[in-house]
Amino acid sequence: MSLYLFLTLAILTIISALAVVFSKNPMYSVLWLIVCFFTIAGHYVLLNAQFLAIVHLIVYAGAIMVLFLFVVMLLNLNADTEPHKSNLTKIASAIAAGLFFVVLIASMRATELGEFNLPNKTSIGFVEEVGKKLFTDFLLPFEISSVLFLSAMIGSVLLAKKEKK
Amino acid sequence: MENTLQAVPQNWYLVLSTLLFCIGIMGVLFRRNAIIILMCIELMLNSVNLLLVSFSAYSGNSDGQVFVFFIMVVAAAEVAVGLALLMSIYRNVASTDINVLNKLKW
Repeated sequence: MSLYLFLTLAILTIISALAVVFSKNPMYSVLWLIVCFFTIAGHYVLLNAQFLAIVHLIVYAGAIMVLFLFVVMLLNLNADTEPHKSNLTKIASAIAAGLFFVVLIASMRATELGEFNLPNKTSIGFVEEVGKKLFTDFLLPFEISSVLFLSAMIGSVLLAKKEKK
Repeated sequence: MENTLQAVPQNWYLVLSTLLFCIGIMGVLFRRNAIIILMCIELMLNSVNLLLVSFSAYSGNSDGQVFVFFIMVVAAAEVAVGLALLMSIYRNVASTDINVLNKLKW
């Protein structure tokens, strides 16, 4: 059962990711990316990371993609304004990405992946476990990330502000 | 329903996230629209997140999920700054085509 669930989700993920890259209209690209993020959240649920799945939906589908949609609509981008690209670049980039895929897969085959003992407990993705880790072992990075957010906020406001002549 | 960890070998997650990463690379290489390039970078970040979550699930340790949490933080900050940059670029050259921005090209 969960094997078929995994396969369906994986195929949907690949198809929507390809559609992001190949859509002519930037609007459709954004919408396909939202589909892709939903399927990735499905993978998280399958992998016992329930908290992360919800955070992923809230942060990506809820915040980041709305920002993208907003900018695409604000700049009034559509298929007509899409810059023209030659077929040569298309083929070259497809070959480059395909070769990179082959290299990565080959190196993975050559790597000895240690045998994991499959864990019995399924609670590793609950808020309790992740929160405990976040506030004990990873307290300093957690606090520093708030500084990162502050600087990103100030930076984006400054960048998007109209420049004074 | 049986456990996913028993039904699905971990190698499949490795292949899936590698494939997603390569699709992201392909998008970055051949799209000219700066917004789509940003979206493809998001796709690559997400493939790495998926890999980290799968390793954390198969080894029964939630450290990997905390790392994914931090990657999401960085991605959110990156998108906010990137889109602000894009807005100011659009205001100056009235286009999001990255081929217009070739002043630094030798």
